[in-house]
Amino acid sequence: MSIDWANFTPWSALAGGVMIGLAASLLMLFNGRIAGISGIVGALLSPRQAGNGERCLFVLGILLAPLLYTLLVARPTIVVEAGPLALISAGLLVGFGSRLGSGCTSGHGVCGLSRLSWRGLIATLSFMASGFLAVYIVRHLWGG
Amino acid sequence: MRNLIALLSGLLFGLGLIVAGMANPAKVLGFLDLFGAWDPSLALVMAGAIATALLPMQWANRASCTLTGEPLQLPDTRRIDRRLVIGSLIFGAGWGLAGFCPGPALVGLAAAVPQAALFVAAMLAGMLLFKWFDQPRARQ
Repeated sequence: MSIDWANFTPWSALAGGVMIGLAASLLMLFNGRIAGISGIVGALLSPRQAGNGERCLFVLGILLAPLLYTLLVARPTIVVEAGPLALISAGLLVGFGSRLGSGCTSGHGVCGLSRLSWRGLIATLSFMASGFLAVYIVRHLWGG
Repeated sequence: MRNLIALLSGLLFGLGLIVAGMANPAKVLGFLDLFGAWDPSLALVMAGAIATALLPMQWANRASCTLTGEPLQLPDTRRIDRRLVIGSLIFGAGWGLAGFCPGPALVGLAAAVPQAALFVAAMLAGMLLFKWFDQPRARQ
């Protein structure tokens, strides 16, 4: 392992993290809900569920973010290395896995860990481990 | 009020993802590439988010209602079971394969990145597949 100092962006990472933490806190303090994106999107796939109105608005907020950012700052940098087959497989795994495991990086990682939840910790350690492994396989075994 | 908070929270969440670099799959993969040139930035995203949300979430863990007097909807299960671990392992594998997780994928979709649209479509299909897979259990 070597540290990639050229791409290390500690301050913007911290600032973005604080914004994410504030967003999750807002939703919990005022609406009493966990800001888990996979849970929110998953619930929207079952129409007529109570609370889906505000779930739609939360998703709308996320969708408006890049538009507002583009207007005020610059076009966000989004570089995708994966090809179509990898994207489709990845999407299926992320969709299925996050629902089976009841959460993703936001629900378990941000909200779960801040709540000091054991489930959040175990889930986060699990998806980090398989994330590291997947990148190791793709970049260093197949690609290397 | 609830609707306004939901919209603002989503907007702030999305902006945070962009500022943090999390909406950029190349950056996420740099963090997950522990055995290559490792970019530790995303650890600081987590640190910043958790440090900020820690006190509000601790308050919510103990409170009986929200600041506006409405019911709190915290997860009631505490069980560490196979579903939690296997689901998270599957999710992480997909996350590492493309560098997208659900929030950043929605940001990419709205930024009209075609690969993000393809990922989101597959993600929704994966979620529907889970619904179908889980139905016999849900009916019991």
